[in-house]
Amino acid sequence: MLEIKNLSIDFGGIRALSGVDLTVRENEILSIIGPNGSGKTTMFNCLTGIYRPGSGEMRFRGESLLGLSPDRIARRGIARTFQNLRLFMNMSVLDNLMLGRHIHFRKNIAAAFLRLRREELRHREKVEEIIDFLDLQAYRKARVADCPYGVQKRIEMGRALALEPRLLLLDEPISGLTAEEKEEAAYRIMEIRGRYKVAIMLVEHDLKIASRLADAMIAFSYGQKIASGLPEDVQRNEEVIRAYVGDE
Amino acid sequence: MDLVESYKEELRLVRKPWTGAGIGAVVIALALLPLLKTDYLLYMGTVVFIYAIGVIGQNILIGYTGQISFGQAGFLAIGAYTFGHAYAHGFGIAVGILAAGMMAGVFGLIVGFPSLRLKGPYLAIATMGFGVAIYQILLNTDAISGGRMGFTVEKFPALFGLSQTTTFYYFTYLLAIFFTIISYNTISSYVGRAFIAIRDNDISAEAMGVNLARYKLLSFSLSSFYLGVQGALFAMLVGFLEPNSFTFMESINIFVAVIIGGLASIGGAIMGAVFIIVVPQLVGGMKELVPVIFGVTVLVILIFEPQGIAGRWLKIRLFFRNWPFR
Ligand SMILES: Nc1ncnc2c1ncn2[C@@H]1O[C@H](COP(=O)(O)OP(=O)(O)O)[C@@H](O)[C@H]1O
Ligand SMILES: [Mg+2]
Repeated sequence: MLEIKNLSIDFGGIRALSGVDLTVRENEILSIIGPNGSGKTTMFNCLTGIYRPGSGEMRFRGESLLGLSPDRIARRGIARTFQNLRLFMNMSVLDNLMLGRHIHFRKNIAAAFLRLRREELRHREKVEEIIDFLDLQAYRKARVADCPYGVQKRIEMGRALALEPRLLLLDEPISGLTAEEKEEAAYRIMEIRGRYKVAIMLVEHDLKIASRLADAMIAFSYGQKIASGLPEDVQRNEEVIRAYVGDE
Repeated sequence: MDLVESYKEELRLVRKPWTGAGIGAVVIALALLPLLKTDYLLYMGTVVFIYAIGVIGQNILIGYTGQISFGQAGFLAIGAYTFGHAYAHGFGIAVGILAAGMMAGVFGLIVGFPSLRLKGPYLAIATMGFGVAIYQILLNTDAISGGRMGFTVEKFPALFGLSQTTTFYYFTYLLAIFFTIISYNTISSYVGRAFIAIRDNDISAEAMGVNLARYKLLSFSLSSFYLGVQGALFAMLVGFLEPNSFTFMESINIFVAVIIGGLASIGGAIMGAVFIIVVPQLVGGMKELVPVIFGVTVLVILIFEPQGIAGRWLKIRLFFRNWPFR
């Protein structure tokens, strides 16, 4: 469903991505590993229109994503989470998830002025499903800024799910969590794929979890793809080991 | 209660009976104010209603959408003169007010464009430039401003056997209520949610499918519409327009009301309007003191009570709700 060809981007002389190729199939979990600064987040930023790649092609469900603004890419069905959470801190948890429904709202400003809220109710039901799934019931009305870090990570995942994406990009969804939360989060990611019929690109530092979840894996180093294939093969790849050891 | 019913409950404008009673009491008290037969109070009330409209609009832009603006005086002027000319050409008051709002709204759209590129202080300067430009145009275009003679606007008529002051009081009272309700509705809708999302994190708002340009421009345009209406009502209130009513000081006044009332609070905006109208009356003869008082209050608020009067009010309420348990 997603095809990236020869993707490159520079930042003032630093080649953050160079000639990256990859494909993601329907309903697959693709793990992306690589040391810090190897370009994983940069690729997500290219995919979601936040950065403009210098060259290359990105095709999603047959259509090019190049030159589209982030909101239009979201409407094509790509949602993401951010490595350093980007939540709406002063909104309630519920409103954060409701904003995730934004692209699905039938927009009618007169109805907004007059407090006609049929749409609101319709989307609320979808959002409540996600709240149950992510165990956020106790935080529904809380301000996001007042929620603990682990909960904020779930909120961000919930907001992305509320968009009902076909492709979900998770940027280190497990980092910074306690051991117990990590297990839960890993379990949830598997669940998401089954429940929401979505393909997932998963950037993860923790190699063990990354390979357990993944159908396929690719490894980055200095902006280049150095290995791809089955998780167990990629993990054993010499170049990958060297990149990681060099990182330590 | 089934779930959908309870969601509906949460979407109501007034959720708690006590809130309803409190608001009802204020609304009724204001409706009864003319019984006191003090024109001074009625006049003050009218001015507060008129200003409240514009301040609420600015709070939508500044407090909820997070877009700074110092061009308020320009939009007020556009509203006031649009209304003045429409009224003078025989259009009715309703048409005149609508035209004033729409004209200001269109200019709001134009002034909003820099907001797609600029943030914070740069946007403040760009909008300030707009306000100053409108003032200069008024000074130099007699056809609009009536030149040295100024521009006379017929006052609001006396209706239903009430005095002119009382009639206009009720008229502005109803309009203020109307704009208050519309604003609460807008803020709690998908539109308001998009505004707040842009303020809190524009990058993720966009990544979640919010069209930044559309909603920023909508916020500018909507808030300018409010200022246009304020300008039109102001024209009828004073009955005489001159460019000096629309200097940069006027922008500051409204900005101060937004900050003092509390960012992102409609109720706060109304309290902010009360503040900027009532304080100058209290200091009476010493007009030079007003900017000093405003300046100091804004500083104190920004340091000690960033959520303004509205924030203080919430804390007091919370205190009494939990009383006597701490
Ligand atoms: N906006 C930017 N400006 C300059 N350099 C950037 C920018 N974004 C990323 N980079 C650089 O690109 C490289 C890859 O970063 P990143 O994609 O964040 O790595 P990862 O997510 O794999 O840890 C780093 O060298 C980083 O400094
Ligand atoms: Mg990263």
